[in-house]
Amino acid sequence: MSQTTHAGTHEHHDDHDHGPPKGIKRWLFTTNHKDIGTMYLVFALIMLFVGGAMSLVIRAELFQPGMQFVHPDFFNQMTTMHALIMVFGMIMPAFVGFANWMIPMMIGAPDMALPRLNNWSFWILPFASLLLLSTLFMPGGAPASGWTMYPPLVLQTGDAFPFLIFSVHLLGMSSILGAINIIVTIMNMRAPGMTLLKMPMFCWTWLITAYLLIAVMPVLAGGVTMLLTDQYFGTSFFQIAGGGDPVLFQHIFWFFGHPEVYIIILPAFGIISQILPTFSRKPLFGYESMVYAVAAIAFLSFIVWAHHMFTVGMPLAGQLFFMMSTMLIAIPTGVKIFNWTATMWRGSISFETPMLFSVAFLFLFTIGGFSGLMLAIVPADFQYHDSYFVVAHFHYVLVPGALFGAIAGAYYWLPKWTGHMYDETLGKVHFWLSAIFVNITFFPQHFVGLAGMPRRIPDYATQFADFNMISSIGAFGFGFSQLLFVYVIIKCVKGGQKATDQVWDNPEGLEWTVPSPAPYHTFDTAPVVK
Amino acid sequence: MPSRIAKLLHRLFVVLPLAGIAAAQAEAPRWQVNMPVGVTPISRETYELHMLILWVCVVIGVIVFGAMTYALVKFRHSKGAVPARWSHSTTAEVIWTVIPTIIVVWMAYVATPLLIKIEDTRGAELTVKITGYQWMWEYEYIGHDVRFFSVLAEESNAARRLRSGIDPFTVENYLLDVDEPLVVPTNTKIRYLLTSNDVLHAWWVPDFAVKRDAIPGRINEGWFLVEEPGTYRGQCAELCGKDHGFMPIVVVAVPPEQFTAWLDERRDVQYAGREEQAPRLGAVN
Ligand SMILES: [Cu+2]
Repeated sequence: MSQTTHAGTHEHHDDHDHGPPKGIKRWLFTTNHKDIGTMYLVFALIMLFVGGAMSLVIRAELFQPGMQFVHPDFFNQMTTMHALIMVFGMIMPAFVGFANWMIPMMIGAPDMALPRLNNWSFWILPFASLLLLSTLFMPGGAPASGWTMYPPLVLQTGDAFPFLIFSVHLLGMSSILGAINIIVTIMNMRAPGMTLLKMPMFCWTWLITAYLLIAVMPVLAGGVTMLLTDQYFGTSFFQIAGGGDPVLFQHIFWFFGHPEVYIIILPAFGIISQILPTFSRKPLFGYESMVYAVAAIAFLSFIVWAHHMFTVGMPLAGQLFFMMSTMLIAIPTGVKIFNWTATMWRGSISFETPMLFSVAFLFLFTIGGFSGLMLAIVPADFQYHDSYFVVAHFHYVLVPGALFGAIAGAYYWLPKWTGHMYDETLGKVHFWLSAIFVNITFFPQHFVGLAGMPRRIPDYATQFADFNMISSIGAFGFGFSQLLFVYVIIKCVKGGQKATDQVWDNPEGLEWTVPSPAPYHTFDTAPVVK
Repeated sequence: MPSRIAKLLHRLFVVLPLAGIAAAQAEAPRWQVNMPVGVTPISRETYELHMLILWVCVVIGVIVFGAMTYALVKFRHSKGAVPARWSHSTTAEVIWTVIPTIIVVWMAYVATPLLIKIEDTRGAELTVKITGYQWMWEYEYIGHDVRFFSVLAEESNAARRLRSGIDPFTVENYLLDVDEPLVVPTNTKIRYLLTSNDVLHAWWVPDFAVKRDAIPGRINEGWFLVEEPGTYRGQCAELCGKDHGFMPIVVVAVPPEQFTAWLDERRDVQYAGREEQAPRLGAVN
């Protein structure tokens, strides 16, 4: 793809690099894409544990039948907040962090195109998240209507209600600003010779993700604003007493919600597409068809939303349409899986930690894809819908899918960020613990779901006891294994074997042509890409 | 006085016969890993469709995971594998675009007739209106002047309190039992009309392969035809607030003659208990 002339980057930065200011001001006022990327990533890591702690409250209560620890309403607050935090506070910021750090270095740009906007879009996040978390201490508790915020139930939220809406507005605004920045950067700041079809896959997946964000975040903002006016200003968008319809909200929500699924997974696709070629020592198979597959997935994601709501009672024609369009997504997604496999085929594969997480991603994301295909079949979906089968499905695509993609990316670029190699042994231990526990946690949920256990219940019939206990054990194992991840990161930041510029065995991409750690300013003079 | 008669009648004709049927049903097995086959023509076909797509996924999975595993084992750097330099093959890409396309179109083709059948509510012999409440169900036999509420059974309700000290394993059908079940005749096409009085709920009975949302301001409809007498249990499947997990569904299917007799008795109970029941129904209306 891209080979670069080395001149300019290496020698040049020494006399130009003035380094960051010291202290808190560096982080508050920074416009540097690397600093902002770091803040996004650290923030996401913290939120991983906040959201994770909530999931452990859920799994502790579900360890045995009977109510042992929390009241049902608090349980619902936990499921709701866990989802909101993990989606808007953890996984999305994590990938924006990767975008900030890597996209300018990958396309040979000195920084993001809109650095001040970049600072703002990050600093909205902690405040929006704190606003959301503060609802836990309000009269009536945190929102408990599920992250889907379906009316009329969401209108029964206590004092937390307007804070929920406002924090969703803020989190959405932060995402939109980040997306604008990424699009402008990729469109305008590419180094000479870096044509769109020479860009690394990670840039492509993020470019398309950014367009998805701009298209659907305003839809969510509009939907929740309608909730707000229904609650306080006498409108009746979703209130039947005034001629409204609660199902309308579901259409609005999922018109946002399904592209949102791809907003979460596409950057992970990009990271995997960077890592597999490096450790297979072979170029990415079918680069152009990968780009078109991502574009096709993004397009299809706009016309499948009602598959989340087959049970609301749609006309037959509507059900058939959404069944077919949903199954079509399997085709470009299949192309990606096959191309990744072909990338490894006849390669020369080694198993460093980023590769291990990527291989696990390939296997386990595919399992999530299979259950997704099953869920698309409407008659069968009538059984699967809102059961633990669905919980298993989306956790397979989100945890060993999106989250493993992010973890793989962290290990892959940590040496470039810190200048040190991470502890490979500990990394591998972290991988095996995560890969084993994630399956112990989520695989049994397929079984209880098929056997008839609804999702979002704080207590269950005794027939589901055994698999729930296994699932809870897995969840605690997975949660505590992530502490090891934090330890490996801290250890790597503090020291370790000095990383070379290339870090890995002849990887492709401009980021490997700059020193490790990457200097504060890179590519002040644009590299020439042949 | 009428209320005492009502209770007695209720005992004699409603609770006891149904309790006999309920007791004959073993509790659901633990370690169940698959969807129940169920007891309606639709549930059987749904199960078969589910197994079909499952096996399609298994076959694709074996091929794809097999290829991945082969690559991971065979082309290892540590074994001195030398990487090939190719990164493109139009033939391969056409093959793995076309084959999945054929598979998904075929799967949609297979699923469509069943979906059409599910949506065809014509020719129903009995209509039951089901209304969701926070947190109970109301059943009304349209045209038969019988309606009642169905709430979580007392034993389960006591055991499910926070730190109740009651072991759920000692409670029969924990969380899946109600004070008064929906009674339906076997081998009869039953249409249900589904709505809600407050928030969204969903009426789910796995053995019937029926799950549909109860939505305020809307009336959803569907149907089922139970072939085997018995007691079938399900739960609310749409988050509806704090006691979402505590509003189960129990359906008892009895032979049509027994159902007719039950319906008549139940109507008498309702009239005998009018003085007692009236305020409760009035509060709902
Ligand atoms: Cu309910």
